[in-house]
Amino acid sequence: MIDWSHTALTIAVILGSCLTLAGMMIWLERRLLGVWQERYGPNRLGPGGCLQSLADMIKIFTKEDWIPPFADKAVFVITPAIVVITALMSFAVVPVAPDFVVADLNVGVLFFLAMSSLAAYSVIIGGWASNNKFAFLGSLRAIAQLLSYEVFMGISLMGAVLLAGSFNLSDIVEAQRHQWFVIPQFFGFLCFFMAGLAEAHRTPFDMPEAEAELVAGYHSEYSGMKFGMFFVGEYLSILLLSAMTVILFFGGWHGPWLPPAVWFALKMFGFIVLIILIRATWPRFRFDQLLTFGWKIVMPLALINLLLTGGIVLWKAT
Amino acid sequence: MTLHASALSDTSTGEQSRLLSELMAHCGSDGSLVAVQFTKDGILTVWIKRQYLRDVLRHVKSELSRPFPMLFDLSATDERLRRNHEGLPIGAFTVFYHLFSFDRNQSLRIKVALDDESLALPSSIDLWPNADWYEREIFDMFGIRFEGHPFLRRLLMPSWWEGFPLRKDHPSRATEVGLFQLPPEKLVMTQDALQFKPEEWGLPRTYHDRDSDFDYMFINLGPAHTGTHGVLRLVAQLAGEEIVNIVPDIGFHHRSQEKIAERQTWHTFIPYTDRIDYLQGVLNEMPYCLAVERLAGITVPPRAQAIRVMMSEFYRIASHLVWYGTFAGDVGALSPVFYMFNDRERILSIVEAVCGGRMHPNWLRIGGVARELPIGWDQLVRQFIDWFPGRLDDYERLVMDNPILKQRTVGIGVLSREDAIAWGATGPMLRACGLPWDLRKVRPYSGYEQFDFEVPTASNGDCYDRAVVHMLELRQSLRIIRQCLEAMPSGPYTSLDPLATPPLKQHTLQDIETLINHFVGVSWGPVLPPGEAEVATESSKGQTSYYLTSDGSQFSYRTRIRTPSFAHIQMVPLMAKGELLSDLLAVLGSVDYVLSDVDR
Repeated sequence: MIDWSHTALTIAVILGSCLTLAGMMIWLERRLLGVWQERYGPNRLGPGGCLQSLADMIKIFTKEDWIPPFADKAVFVITPAIVVITALMSFAVVPVAPDFVVADLNVGVLFFLAMSSLAAYSVIIGGWASNNKFAFLGSLRAIAQLLSYEVFMGISLMGAVLLAGSFNLSDIVEAQRHQWFVIPQFFGFLCFFMAGLAEAHRTPFDMPEAEAELVAGYHSEYSGMKFGMFFVGEYLSILLLSAMTVILFFGGWHGPWLPPAVWFALKMFGFIVLIILIRATWPRFRFDQLLTFGWKIVMPLALINLLLTGGIVLWKAT
Repeated sequence: MTLHASALSDTSTGEQSRLLSELMAHCGSDGSLVAVQFTKDGILTVWIKRQYLRDVLRHVKSELSRPFPMLFDLSATDERLRRNHEGLPIGAFTVFYHLFSFDRNQSLRIKVALDDESLALPSSIDLWPNADWYEREIFDMFGIRFEGHPFLRRLLMPSWWEGFPLRKDHPSRATEVGLFQLPPEKLVMTQDALQFKPEEWGLPRTYHDRDSDFDYMFINLGPAHTGTHGVLRLVAQLAGEEIVNIVPDIGFHHRSQEKIAERQTWHTFIPYTDRIDYLQGVLNEMPYCLAVERLAGITVPPRAQAIRVMMSEFYRIASHLVWYGTFAGDVGALSPVFYMFNDRERILSIVEAVCGGRMHPNWLRIGGVARELPIGWDQLVRQFIDWFPGRLDDYERLVMDNPILKQRTVGIGVLSREDAIAWGATGPMLRACGLPWDLRKVRPYSGYEQFDFEVPTASNGDCYDRAVVHMLELRQSLRIIRQCLEAMPSGPYTSLDPLATPPLKQHTLQDIETLINHFVGVSWGPVLPPGEAEVATESSKGQTSYYLTSDGSQFSYRTRIRTPSFAHIQMVPLMAKGELLSDLLAVLGSVDYVLSDVDR
């Protein structure tokens, strides 16, 4: 009974904070971009404009929710839900602090990889179901992108798994008590972070929704809250990327003086800001360049990294 | 043939007579050359008999020593209402070819007179590929047909338009035609006319091969699209994301400025020129005012010239900044456009202090500028030129040195120097191909010969090189502004010539002659003597030229506006074929066009 209520409470806290944070991140990103782009950003509603997301939410809920007559209706409607659901499901295995996790799966890493692969479907079928040429090109690009990052994403975090000797995320964090994995696994971290950016469709890998040429890419036809789901989904996957990077390479909740959950949040915040800074700074790749980059540079790098790590682990064990 | 009245010794230069004798050696004997006209701009103008046109064009394009490889402009004039035609062999319409030779640094104008009953000429697309759109424009505006043109249909006006707008009998105001009505069937018809039918353009819908068999995708970008920066429509034929062909569709920004010019006085047309390319203010007014002054024989005092140059360079920087930011935005960089609009804001506030306006300054006048520089202008200018180079260094690191941007632009949209010349590219587009051709240097106007600056070039002619040239030009413009600041001449800001408009009032109450001039200049506008003059200047995007024809009234009889964007947009298919859809945006971004400058 106590166990059940504990889990329910954890679910409520994590679910609530994820959705709130995703909303707040929209505001944070706009404010930070404003700072870096010599302008203000939303600063009117609430202190520093922090209630902007609330207003946006009210607006987006009351907007006309239009389903194009030429679209495949059932698929069109389901798709936005997939983005949000898969991203939220992944948070189930995220250990925020010791014993502060919804499901402490012993295959946590694999569960995360599976969910991120499922999320890619939403982009592909969303663009396809829209029956719009721009959306279609966007989902074609998403497939090309998927082919390039999905493979090395898995390989890049196997180094950390090898070092910890477990697929369980809490165990991986615990294994970093004395040394963060970013030091032995620096290339693994780089590869994973790049794959994560591509997965979240963030600059410089935001080709599926390249607004300059494809209007809004795969979600061109979506309006109202369906568009909002894609939007929130993108921010959820940024949160997830930051959380996973912190867990796998930056020692999770470990840190002196402050409580574990605070350390976790601080580290995550650092990565969120980094991701926004990347967006403020870099142009975007072309999708075939990402393919080349993924298969010719990052993939071999991740493989060599895995090979060396495996070798060292074996050598140490013997 | 008859040599036209104005004596050779009077207006012609040595170069002109040398070119004339070379031409006479070829076509003097067979009677193809009807007359020689000496216009006030010093461009040799020959009238050719229609049946010899192809022969003469081919000769000057390829057989002449130091030939004319560029078709700079091609348009027509409706001559039917022209008074004071100076005994020229005019017909109902005149088609003129403005050719340019880089080896000679010389222009040649070839005119053909057409009668009312047979409005047709042979097409010269095979000689100059850019004749395509120019001939379509003439067909659109005057109803003159070009035989052998593969796709002669309206260019700027919608396909269902009735009449030919630049003919003198076409109404120019909405009040001259009946009430506008849009019944449902007309609505359907006009919408249908916008439907893209690939067959009309000779584009197949499917691809058949021994190994493959697929449908092409036709994707419609614009006229309201985020990447086209204005109402430009491009229909791309795609195989996957690879561009097989592109059809640009223009005319959505067409305001018929050339027609408006015919009912504005010489003076009141100046604000309209601002709207030709709305990013470069004074740079539009410059060629127009220079051409009017050439017609009127006005000499501009040195201070006015220096003020013109200074404001021109400010606008060049402002225009390049907008281009630079949007170019970076087109390849996905989010921030540069904000930095560059902020910088432009500083320039516009200086412009506002000097001219009163911002985007549309209406600052140049016939004979000078509108008024004296404001007190303290030098401090504003000095602040800016001391501050700006640091920002340029930042942009160099942020944009030009960025490896992703290089990957997106190096080797993309390559334009060879031969193609650039054959398609009439000018300005940074041409200089990115390695030809240091800048009118401010090679044919200085408005006192540019007194300034110390360089003409930056690049060598590959790709998107990145076009960006490099723009970037370097920003620094050269700063150099010119600094020289204006340090050595601004003293003296009057406008000419004392009676045709200078608006005339100065200071002597009007002492002298009846000045009073009359003032009265006429202010109430009617100046009456220019009959003649023709064309002045081309180096504007921010390339060469802009105004070819004015006066028949001795206060209105222009014909104003031909040649803009660089028109020529450059015509080249987009050439640069984008075979590239990917993402590259099309890089190409469009690098071209530097403004839709109002394309359509006029």
